[in-house]
Amino acid sequence: MSVAPARLVELYRQMLRIRSLQERIEAEYHLDEMKTPVHLCIGQEAVAVGVCAALRPDDYIMSNHRGHGHYLAKGGDLRALVAELFCRSTGCSQGRGGSMHLVDARVGHLGSSSIVGGGIPLATGLGLACRMQGLDRVSVTFFGDGAADEGVLYESLNLAMLKKLPVIYVLENNQYSVCSPVASRQAGGSVFHGLEPQRLLSAKVDGNQVEEVLAAAEQAVARARSGEGPSFIECLTYRMRGHAGAGSDAHLGYRPEGEIARWERRDPVVNLAERLLAAGLLDRATMAAMEEVIAAELDEAFAFAKASPLPGAEELALHLFSE
Amino acid sequence: MPWTKIRAELDEPDYGHAGDGGGRRLDYAAAIREALDQALSLDPRVFVMGQGVDDPAGMFGATRDLHLKYGRERVFDTPLAETALTGVAAGAAMGGLRPVYFHNRPDFLFLAMDQLVNHAAKWSYMFAGAVKVPLVLWACIGRGWGSAAQHSQALQGIFFHVPGLKLAMPSTAFDAKGLMLAAIADDNPVLIIEHRLNFRQKGLTPERPYTVPLGKGAVRRAGDDVTIVGISQMANEAYLAAEELARQGIQAEVLDPRSLRPLDEDLILDSLAKTGRLVVADSAWKTGGVSAEIAALAAEKGLDLLKAPVRRVSCPDLPTPAGYTLERAYYPGAAQIVAAVLELLRP
Ligand SMILES: Cc1ncc(C[n+]2csc(CCOP(=O)(O)OP(=O)(O)O)c2C)c(N)n1
Ligand SMILES: [Mg+2]
Repeated sequence: MSVAPARLVELYRQMLRIRSLQERIEAEYHLDEMKTPVHLCIGQEAVAVGVCAALRPDDYIMSNHRGHGHYLAKGGDLRALVAELFCRSTGCSQGRGGSMHLVDARVGHLGSSSIVGGGIPLATGLGLACRMQGLDRVSVTFFGDGAADEGVLYESLNLAMLKKLPVIYVLENNQYSVCSPVASRQAGGSVFHGLEPQRLLSAKVDGNQVEEVLAAAEQAVARARSGEGPSFIECLTYRMRGHAGAGSDAHLGYRPEGEIARWERRDPVVNLAERLLAAGLLDRATMAAMEEVIAAELDEAFAFAKASPLPGAEELALHLFSE
Repeated sequence: MPWTKIRAELDEPDYGHAGDGGGRRLDYAAAIREALDQALSLDPRVFVMGQGVDDPAGMFGATRDLHLKYGRERVFDTPLAETALTGVAAGAAMGGLRPVYFHNRPDFLFLAMDQLVNHAAKWSYMFAGAVKVPLVLWACIGRGWGSAAQHSQALQGIFFHVPGLKLAMPSTAFDAKGLMLAAIADDNPVLIIEHRLNFRQKGLTPERPYTVPLGKGAVRRAGDDVTIVGISQMANEAYLAAEELARQGIQAEVLDPRSLRPLDEDLILDSLAKTGRLVVADSAWKTGGVSAEIAALAAEKGLDLLKAPVRRVSCPDLPTPAGYTLERAYYPGAAQIVAAVLELLRP
């Protein structure tokens, strides 16, 4: 492990916090109080955390429908996220976005699109804005393997390469778009690997190993900040739950026998915990204390959300235009 | 209720159009599926494509398991590439096939706009009929449970604007099947826009293959006092509104145009000749949309028939909010239609 011990422990804490939130949502979803579709990122925590750990608060990210992890990893406000799931006025989008439309502009999270691939050109434009204003910020877009099917990725990457924009394209290859495996939609995976590195720096990393993700992200960020251009990081990971909603979808039968179990053995959060314990960087008591703090924080956020007001009809027409 | 959990559990009123022997009461999704099944078996040129058409959900049931019967050569999943695949489908149509391209939501059709509007819809005209584009696109409007601004758009107004594109919006199981078969048989690009809430319905549907002609609307309920034109799912709301109005002594005539292009203008004008009053209920935005066009029809061709101004019931000109309290304020239904009629008749 090349990451400094204290930093690695902090990355673990962030991943655990994202996982715990997902599990809390799952546990409460059947109560029908969160009346919004949820796309859980259980199994993909290392991608969000590894990438965002390489960023500064003033760097930008564009997220997608499976965005709880991106939001928290970038430093988004937990209470405002949970309140948004409960469609409250105190939610980050004041109850008009729901789970798929998180935002926290204070920390460079400028929104999430539920149109697959929709955030890719926006992030490219943010990179252009950084360049044109002489800012040394970078812009990151998180998108899935499904989004990598879309032509807009080609168009955006082409521009970013042409203008050497400070944009990092993070492909979260979780193997599926809904029930369609990536191999049924792309002949041999992404075509953006293997270009000359001066045009596009590309990497394919184990997205369940936060150190690997972080290392690739740091390299991409350094390149972007120094004006050398865009990077493309494919993180191999796995969607451990159904496409939307709570719980496993193993009963649907579209995943090959044993696949879930195989990926469960590579669970990014559990594995990192085991490695930290084995290396003596963390002990069970510290870990338990960490879990307790997170649980208390979630208790507080859920209580805040449930006690928050629901937006009324008088709020319906607000914000159509910026005033 | 999450959109994935919508089940067919409401019986449609028997509108009497099932004709010969009435048919069976069929789930809305099963009616579409039956149309596809029959088209695939009767016409080797027909094929079905779209994201997830062969997955366990099978497009809300409309395509479920068809790939098992016809194979994945003719019923196939696609990459997420709406722009190119719309052109691919149009090209396949030019090449002699009859593609039916399924989209989960009309929102995703925005990615298909260039190939649909700049190409498919113009090919016949631009080349003086030299090349046909017998293409069917299908999409289903989402609603509820935080579908929010990008998964709930009722975009009929935008597609209605496009010459060269036929547009159907069924609201019964019978029509969903008959319009699908009519669209597949048509030599032009046809867009079918469904509404997710209609998938709660079961309706009388004959087993035989039949078509509902594009451009032929239906009278859902006869009445002399006011004409209510209901588009898509709002046709069902209009029927409920008419039942309530009847309890208050008002007889509303409920019309379902079923297809918007071509639009059954005579149906609307004939009804206006009888009632002199018009309420148009649409599931979409108001400005520049379908309700505006139908109001313009009344003004241009039926002004002397009108005893009162036209009223429109539609969604406010806003993106759809996710939150359920906001959704409640956003969506109109039977109550708003009743109120609009009462405003006309008992001002
Ligand atoms: C343009 C567009 N097409 C289709 C959809 C429907 N849809 C929503 S999420 C999704 C799966 C996307 O897969 P991927 O990009 O791999 O992200 P994941 O869900 O795996 O995180 C699909 C097909 C959509 N929202 N937008
Ligand atoms: Mg995926």
